[in-house]
Amino acid sequence: MSADQVALWYLIASICFILALKGLSHPTTARRGNMLGIIGMAIAVLVTLALVFSHTKNVGYILGGIAIGGVIGAVIARRVQMTQMPELVAAFHSLVGMAAVLIAIAAIHDPGAFSLPVPLPTGNKLELFIGTFIGAITFSGSVIAFGKLSGKIRSAPVVFRGQHWVNLLLALAMVGFGIGFFLSPDESKWSPYIVMTAIAFVLGVLIIIPIGGADMPVVISMLNSYSGWAAAGIGFSLNNPMLIIAGSLVGSSGAILSYIMCKAMNRSFFNVILGGFGAEPGSAAAGTEQKSVKSGSADDAAFLMGNAERVIIVPGYGLAVARAQHAVKEMADKLRDKGIEVKYAIHPVAGRMPGHMNVLLAEAEVPYDQVFEMDDINGEFGTTDIALILGANDVVNPLAEEKGSAIYGMPILEAHKARNVIVNKRSMAAGYAGLDNPLFYMDKTMMVFGDAKKIVEEITKAID
Amino acid sequence: MTTGVDPIVFYLIIFVLAIFVGYHVVWSVTPALHTPLMSVTNAISAIILVGAMLAAGPAIFDWGGWVGVVAVVMASINAFGGFLVTQRMLEMFKKKEPKIAAPEKK
Repeated sequence: MSADQVALWYLIASICFILALKGLSHPTTARRGNMLGIIGMAIAVLVTLALVFSHTKNVGYILGGIAIGGVIGAVIARRVQMTQMPELVAAFHSLVGMAAVLIAIAAIHDPGAFSLPVPLPTGNKLELFIGTFIGAITFSGSVIAFGKLSGKIRSAPVVFRGQHWVNLLLALAMVGFGIGFFLSPDESKWSPYIVMTAIAFVLGVLIIIPIGGADMPVVISMLNSYSGWAAAGIGFSLNNPMLIIAGSLVGSSGAILSYIMCKAMNRSFFNVILGGFGAEPGSAAAGTEQKSVKSGSADDAAFLMGNAERVIIVPGYGLAVARAQHAVKEMADKLRDKGIEVKYAIHPVAGRMPGHMNVLLAEAEVPYDQVFEMDDINGEFGTTDIALILGANDVVNPLAEEKGSAIYGMPILEAHKARNVIVNKRSMAAGYAGLDNPLFYMDKTMMVFGDAKKIVEEITKAID
Repeated sequence: MTTGVDPIVFYLIIFVLAIFVGYHVVWSVTPALHTPLMSVTNAISAIILVGAMLAAGPAIFDWGGWVGVVAVVMASINAFGGFLVTQRMLEMFKKKEPKIAAPEKK
């Protein structure tokens, strides 16, 4: 197969990928889009297989590797629970990052396999350096994110004095060794490369550890973006337009998602990345005075809701933790049977990844036309009888409307405007932002403490 | 006019244009599908499999080839897993009407 033919097939595959993303503009076209993505990937793989076959005939190991990886991937995709999506995506990002590093190592070892000149030209070495360090940071960062999301390591931010300086010094050292690598003669190329890669792995860990649980939507989006840039970087070093195009699509997608998530928290990207929100001075000062909350039982909540006309459910991370989505759907069905209007309101950063709540509700077969984005539903809280808040806190905190509070300016779901508010939480603990939530102390608010799933099931039982 | 342009410049052009395309396409994605967007872009980034395959099929298969094979396995997990889990997720976003004889409890 000639290089021209290969390039044209890659073009077709790239168009498939673009259409795959475009398909996601609506749930009805999304599945066709995903199918196009699969076709694009199949084309790219088959063409590359043909290319390798025409060059070296050495395709046995490749086919074996794809078979092993394919089976593992398929099993994981089948088994994973929807509540585990954030950690699954993090784990997948780490694979892309590691693959990028491994490819770079193979390319430095044997440029000929990639039809690159031997010894490697300085330009390609520079690009390999970029691809490697982004890949390495993606890998170790994603491993930490995976650990935090799956609860294997503590999700609280890890901060120490001089953290930013350590990171900066390491970054400079990494760039230094990178320069050493692409200026080095071919005989001594390995040592600066290995040191540089090792520093990049450490840096990936250090970048992610200071970022706390609720900032995870930003972190995942950012790592998503990195994995794309890593692929694009490797594409540059291998002179492969397919990798460049697909990598930049992914890179810009992740960057946009990070931006959307940051905006939904009214924080700048750097503020999130530099970490330690809860550690900000002044944020803990609020709400020290004793205030009383009104707490009630599931029966009380059922009584209130049974007499309502319109109910809006606000799901949060607590719902995901308790895996309460099916129970919620059952409760909503029961309410609907009584002629009560039930809608769902989703904050952009509810949960641990963008769109997390939507997927959980979809899994429970809640039709997507009952599920509303923040801007579309905020106007309706005023005419709603009950806002039922399940395991959400900061996204409904009215302090965001008060000047001077730590989260001032963050767009929130205006649940406090509903006639009655029922809040289900496990305890009175403050939300991630370390802020007290005045919503809990309002006269019209009733707190129902307990596990979201258990409480919702009890409510369902109590609704007659 | 294009004679004598370094290939790297062509790649740079492709790169910048692809970012623009990505930027405009992704903004049109509905927020409800942000999780599938993330898993499908994750699957697309498994395109790095192309590079891994080249690494795993050198003329002389030595340790570099094995490094490539490991990369192929990793990227394939990502490609298969990513697209399949996206498919599974998107099935859930189906409208309920066309579902035939699903155990629908009212």
